[in-house]
Amino acid sequence: MRALKLFGSLITLAMFLLLATQTRSLAAASGKTNSSQQDKTTRPEPPSQGERAFRQNCSRCHNAPEGFSPQISGTIVRHMRVRANLSREDERAILKFLNP
Amino acid sequence: MSDVSHSSLPSVVRCVVACVALALGIAPAALVATAQDTPLISGGVGFFTSTNGGNTTYLPVLSPLLAAPIGSHLLVESRANLFEVYFPKGNGQIGYTSKPFLNLTFLQGDYLVSPHLTIVAGDFLTPFGTYNERLSPIWIGNFEDGPLIIPLGTMGTESSVGGMLRGSAVSTAKYSVDYAAYFSAASTNLQFNSERSSGGRASIYFPASGLEVGGSYGRLLQGTHQNYSGFHVWWEPIDSPFRLRSEYAHGEHSQGYWIEGDYRLSQFGGAESPLGRLEPIFRMQQTFRNSPDPSDSLPSVDTKRADFGLDYHLPHEIRINTSYARQFSATGNRNVWETGIVYRFLFPTWKGK
Repeated sequence: MRALKLFGSLITLAMFLLLATQTRSLAAASGKTNSSQQDKTTRPEPPSQGERAFRQNCSRCHNAPEGFSPQISGTIVRHMRVRANLSREDERAILKFLNP
Repeated sequence: MSDVSHSSLPSVVRCVVACVALALGIAPAALVATAQDTPLISGGVGFFTSTNGGNTTYLPVLSPLLAAPIGSHLLVESRANLFEVYFPKGNGQIGYTSKPFLNLTFLQGDYLVSPHLTIVAGDFLTPFGTYNERLSPIWIGNFEDGPLIIPLGTMGTESSVGGMLRGSAVSTAKYSVDYAAYFSAASTNLQFNSERSSGGRASIYFPASGLEVGGSYGRLLQGTHQNYSGFHVWWEPIDSPFRLRSEYAHGEHSQGYWIEGDYRLSQFGGAESPLGRLEPIFRMQQTFRNSPDPSDSLPSVDTKRADFGLDYHLPHEIRINTSYARQFSATGNRNVWETGIVYRFLFPTWKGK
């Protein structure tokens, strides 16, 4: 029980600290946006469904490869489907993202 | 390097022959697959040094991974570790000696039954916790060595020989649930070593917050039957380079946890800038001994360890790892210094049209 209590306390503390820093930086960012009336056209494009699925399923463990042959994109996705338990939608979205 | 088990060279030869035969056997079948489904060879090659309590070892490693789709429902995949350990001769002798090893980490066939179910058969990584399946490859793990609690729940062998059912149970925009359940037979083969056991893992992931929580269970079904349980928490906030990963595992005779955080400095000029390629990392771990059990591979006394590291991501898939750890236990405190360089490769097995 001692180990479990310690583990729980450390996790809670780490998440609390990160949440606090995130909230602060978000507040600062929104303040900046309001005051400067930032032009919407300069904002970065939101990520595509495929990119989002890639981030949520693949990049959580490893960095994206710098580049690879389109010949193996299907094999990569099939490997990731098993390793990361991808849903059908995520599998299709990632394949489209890797091989547009 | 915790996923490496040792074997002798004659079995290495048999293993290599088996892998080549397998590759030759699946090649014609894979040729009929679609243009995107060419078999691939991926993996990492690295050179590591570790100074543990004053003793330095050198470790050149090659860790190739083969993935070959066959038709539209089958995937055969395998990973191996070939390495040679150079270590001090000891007993007052000067100089180093070395020993080569080859270890087949897994060799499995995956049959994609439906969007929610994949059947895995063969020698596969035991699905307990997250480190063993996700972070053990040398080109993925932040630190050179794995957490101390890895043997708990993975039955000491870290791989199982048998069958596994896994897949995505539910996936919506707000959350997704995945699962893995396995049964393993006992095997004393050097390359396919496993314990008779069963177990599984289930986890839920919330994409909006980047939070994943899961639980694992394993039961050893040979000798004195034992239960293992554990849970994991991963938090990787969206649009943030920070990652928090953690696991807790409990066995009959010991328990422990690890918490790892990393933060790539990509906010300083982007991930490709000289400063943005730096990634400070930290890991805290503890093990607790409830009762003596030399077979569970955990430290024989309560142990505490803090790792501080700095990884540098060079262009062309090269990464430099450095870390310092201080380990505290009743048997003596010690320093562990580790450095390494890893190159990750990924290419098709043959040139296509």
